[in-house]
Amino acid sequence: MVTPSAALQVTGLRKSYGDVVAVAGLDLEVRTGECFGLLGPNGAGKTTTIEICEGLLASDSGTVLVLGKTWETESQDLREQLGIQLQDTQLAEKLTVDETLTLFQSFYREARDVGDVIDMVELGEKRFARVGTLSGGQKQRLAVACAMVGDPDLLFLDEPTTGLDPQSRRQLWDLISGFQAEGKTIVLTTHYMEEAERLCDRVAIVDHGRVIALGSPGELIDQVDMSHLPPPEPRKTHATLEDVFVSLTGRTLRDE
Amino acid sequence: MSDAAVPFRTPREERPPRLSRPARGFRGQPMVQLTLVRFREFIREPEAVFWTFVFPILLAAGLGIAFRQKGLEQLQVGVVARPGADTALVAAMRRDSTLVLRSYDDSAGALALRTGKVALLVIPGATRDSIQYVFDRGRSEAGSARLVVDRAVQAGAGREDPVRASDSYVTETGSRYIDFLVPGLLGMNLMGSSIWSLAFAIVTARNKKLLKRLMATPMSRYQYLLSFLFSRLFFLIVEVVTLVGFGYFAFGVPLRGSLAGLMLIALMGAVSFGGLGLLCASRARTVEAVSGIANFVMLPMWVFSGVFFSSANFPEVVQPFIRLLPLTAVNDALRANMLEGASLAAVSPQLLIIFVWGIVSFFAALKLFRWR
Repeated sequence: MVTPSAALQVTGLRKSYGDVVAVAGLDLEVRTGECFGLLGPNGAGKTTTIEICEGLLASDSGTVLVLGKTWETESQDLREQLGIQLQDTQLAEKLTVDETLTLFQSFYREARDVGDVIDMVELGEKRFARVGTLSGGQKQRLAVACAMVGDPDLLFLDEPTTGLDPQSRRQLWDLISGFQAEGKTIVLTTHYMEEAERLCDRVAIVDHGRVIALGSPGELIDQVDMSHLPPPEPRKTHATLEDVFVSLTGRTLRDE
Repeated sequence: MSDAAVPFRTPREERPPRLSRPARGFRGQPMVQLTLVRFREFIREPEAVFWTFVFPILLAAGLGIAFRQKGLEQLQVGVVARPGADTALVAAMRRDSTLVLRSYDDSAGALALRTGKVALLVIPGATRDSIQYVFDRGRSEAGSARLVVDRAVQAGAGREDPVRASDSYVTETGSRYIDFLVPGLLGMNLMGSSIWSLAFAIVTARNKKLLKRLMATPMSRYQYLLSFLFSRLFFLIVEVVTLVGFGYFAFGVPLRGSLAGLMLIALMGAVSFGGLGLLCASRARTVEAVSGIANFVMLPMWVFSGVFFSSANFPEVVQPFIRLLPLTAVNDALRANMLEGASLAAVSPQLLIIFVWGIVSFFAALKLFRWR
């Protein structure tokens, strides 16, 4: 059923790179105002799906409705309404935090104040420092700030906390929660189950280019069949989302 | 979104204040910001500043000084010392101030000639009425050394000149090597800085996925590419003023044409080379790859387009191709303006070549450009 309040509606999405099928008929619906997690092992098709939704990649087939619009007809409007953080962008090292955000701000018809955004990501002390001098966590927060400066209605975050220390990670969690509290929608990918459990209203687990499980973290945890998993450690009282993840996608390590 | 839409979660806070683009003023405009970024990235790279502004001046100064004495050049001549040789012969040669004499034994004399230390080797004959000159006819100063030495020797032996000649010396600005060199260096510099600055900045942004990130914003691609040309405009003025100003004040290189015409030629050249730089950078993913491409594009022009020596030295059959190279057109137009005072109309064939190269490479680059 198509809900009018769907922030993102993906139906029958397919994308192949030569012989490699990255997305194999994926369906997804993200409601307005929720924080939605896209989980899955490396190579499951998460980034490809997200980049198609962001209008950076063309799909082979399937439909994508973002905020009720399609990339074919309203791409310019969509760019104004989306905030995007990509997995491996390196911002210009020679520019300062303030200059970088002012540049990104200038691209948007309506935008937030650069100082406000800097305060929001707690980079006030680094405002006039060059990007090259920032730590990994600070760079990541700047990347999220660049995604937020256009005051988006929908925020895509691709592994925003990968490689960060627990403190930086929690800081980003607060940032994401604060953004959601403004009624905005977030779609994020992560490899950290604790993060998904904590931040996401609903998650979809993706493998081999399809959604293989969908629901709130609590629902998924309740559904999991623990019988074929190794016995939990004695201290554990209930299954975690990590158990769901491992029971669905297997225990073998996969590297891209 | 329709009013019927029920938000999944009720907003707890008010929307943050938003600033519309006009409210952000002149500096908040994307074209201004993109151009400012180009400036900042350039001036915060000290090496780039050196290669663009300081290096051409050092090169012009070095070459200008090395070739300045051309008219008063002294000729290095070796004399093979033989026991019992005629001292009057050597004394006669010494009277000529353009000759610098060194004496050698047989083998050292041959070595000095071979290594270019002397232009001519004089071997006095066994008798007073014979003398031998050893030199390479392919070396231009060897020919003059032969003439000067022989004149001194013959006069010393008592030859009288039937015609009395007197010399008066002039220095014609505009015909010296430095006059030839400065416009050529300017053309080469316009090409180098246009191509390198665009190629490196674009490929680095692509390599670091910054280009892809920018594509995810509402930024206009056209404005992004235009910002490179705008920033080139400013640096161009600095480049022309420093190099031409240096030539003018340090060596008296003439500026016979209109300055506005000179700026227009330089501007068209820089924008046209900018298109070529864009084309070099249109597909490459790494700085190494684009360096190879840029060198491949520029090397033929360094050699053929008359930067350090006139392209007239190349065979007649290749001249039409050389004339069609953009750097040849820029150098010819700059020299015509500065040295001959030619009007823009007079250099219109060159301007047309520059224009066509710019348009063709810009649109080819847009067609090929890899935005991700």
